[in-house]
Amino acid sequence: MSALVFLEGRNDELSLQAVTLAESLGGEVAAVEIGGPYAPSAWAQAIVEAAGDADIVGPGSDRGNEVLAHVAAQLDVPLAANVTEVRGGEVTRVRWGGTLLEEARIHADRRLLTAAPFAFEASNSLLQAERLAPELDGAVRVVEHVAPDTGGKVSLADAKVVVSGGRGVGSAEGFAILEELAALLDAAVGCSRVVTSAGWRPHTDQVGQTGTKVSPDLYIACGISGATQHIAGCKGAKKLLAINADPEATIFAHADYAVIGDLHEIVPAISAELRKVQAT
Amino acid sequence: MRILVCVKRVPITGGRMVLTDDAQAIQTRHLGFTISPHEECGVEEAVRIVEAQGGEVTVLTLGPAEAEEQIRDCMAIGADRGIHLVSGEEWDAQATAAAIVDAIRAEEPFDLLVFGNESADAGNYQVGIRVAYALGLPVVTGLKGLSVEGGRARCEQEVPGGRDVYDVPLPALVTVKEGLNLPRYPSVPAKLRAKGKPLDSRPVERPASRLEKLRLVVPEGAGKQAEILGEGAAAAPRVVEVMQELGVA
Repeated sequence: MSALVFLEGRNDELSLQAVTLAESLGGEVAAVEIGGPYAPSAWAQAIVEAAGDADIVGPGSDRGNEVLAHVAAQLDVPLAANVTEVRGGEVTRVRWGGTLLEEARIHADRRLLTAAPFAFEASNSLLQAERLAPELDGAVRVVEHVAPDTGGKVSLADAKVVVSGGRGVGSAEGFAILEELAALLDAAVGCSRVVTSAGWRPHTDQVGQTGTKVSPDLYIACGISGATQHIAGCKGAKKLLAINADPEATIFAHADYAVIGDLHEIVPAISAELRKVQAT
Repeated sequence: MRILVCVKRVPITGGRMVLTDDAQAIQTRHLGFTISPHEECGVEEAVRIVEAQGGEVTVLTLGPAEAEEQIRDCMAIGADRGIHLVSGEEWDAQATAAAIVDAIRAEEPFDLLVFGNESADAGNYQVGIRVAYALGLPVVTGLKGLSVEGGRARCEQEVPGGRDVYDVPLPALVTVKEGLNLPRYPSVPAKLRAKGKPLDSRPVERPASRLEKLRLVVPEGAGKQAEILGEGAAAAPRVVEVMQELGVA
């Protein structure tokens, strides 16, 4: 049995993680990339044709999950989305954005899988990816791309550091001290769902299961309790620093570093210290 | 404009998941229930379209008898009627899609079908797409923007670095994400009116699962031992040291 991996890009991190998942299946691994405008049904059809009867694996990104769902619908076979481990016909897969796992059995003669983000190391095998150029015919496709005006600020998804605030920030105005710290670190400002629901910040700033999923080198969680909805969005961070007044807050169970106390005193103190260090 | 919105009853989880003894579900004895934030925006969007253009919003759910609570919540936002496929068991994505397709075929045709991009709990990322294939409809997923005019839908899909735009003819199926709109908070009169709106409930029999859930597992690693850098503002120098060690300051 062999596997075909759909790559979103040759150096795309989540795609290389999907290659590692495919390699863990034990058979031959081949890879495809797809050129031209994004058209999920046509892309899926090209993958189905290239795969023969092989297993099909994709990255656990929005696009990876979408393309593989089209593949699954075209083949009428089960798709196990966001798997963390495969044992023959059984998989472990992610639920609730990763705060819960499910062990499941696939009842089909082939496996369709996407790799849960950051469950696998990126593969460094030098796979030769075949580039497919599917016929689009009347397929639904992207007709236009709109880029937001970020005002020159680093985006949440790309930031090396994210300074994020939760209910503990207290108000929209309270985010000024987080903005100040973020500017010193060239960081993006994020927030929890409570904050967007209260209207303190726009939804585009929301980190979480139904917001943006981030993977910075450092995530600074200020006044965030650590609900599963939020953890699902920041567990890709390499390191997490939690600042919280409640020493029993759930966030500390997910943190690498903890500062206990009032963020309204601590965050400005960190900014002042950074300025001191940066001045020397 | 006839719009169908599909929703799923899920528990409101806090910070910690506790499983039932048989590891088949989350212990929900002390939890409230809701629908996914994605779906809430789906209901709101459908109601806004019908408020502007006329028509009817139908809400469909596959779930236990208690899921009537979520249908009534959607009616309080403004949905006109409900279809409740009653089953206390958890269905896999293929079976869920098939049951929804059967229910849709028994109805007058819809112009627009709206799903959440993925359910909050199972996160299979595929039910809407499978329904679209079965009904031969165009499908666009992950919408953060939608405008419906002149028999077409302009759909904005969130992608890294911006939005991809699609333009599809109706009837069509879309899956949406939180952030599409800010759902209204239902008024008390709206909640009262919701109680009297028509609801068609019927039991459905679950077929064999092709992605069969064996058991749920709470992942290890949530119990990290954080290094305490200090208390209050006095911790600042140590925090900056750590930032320098990590190469971010």
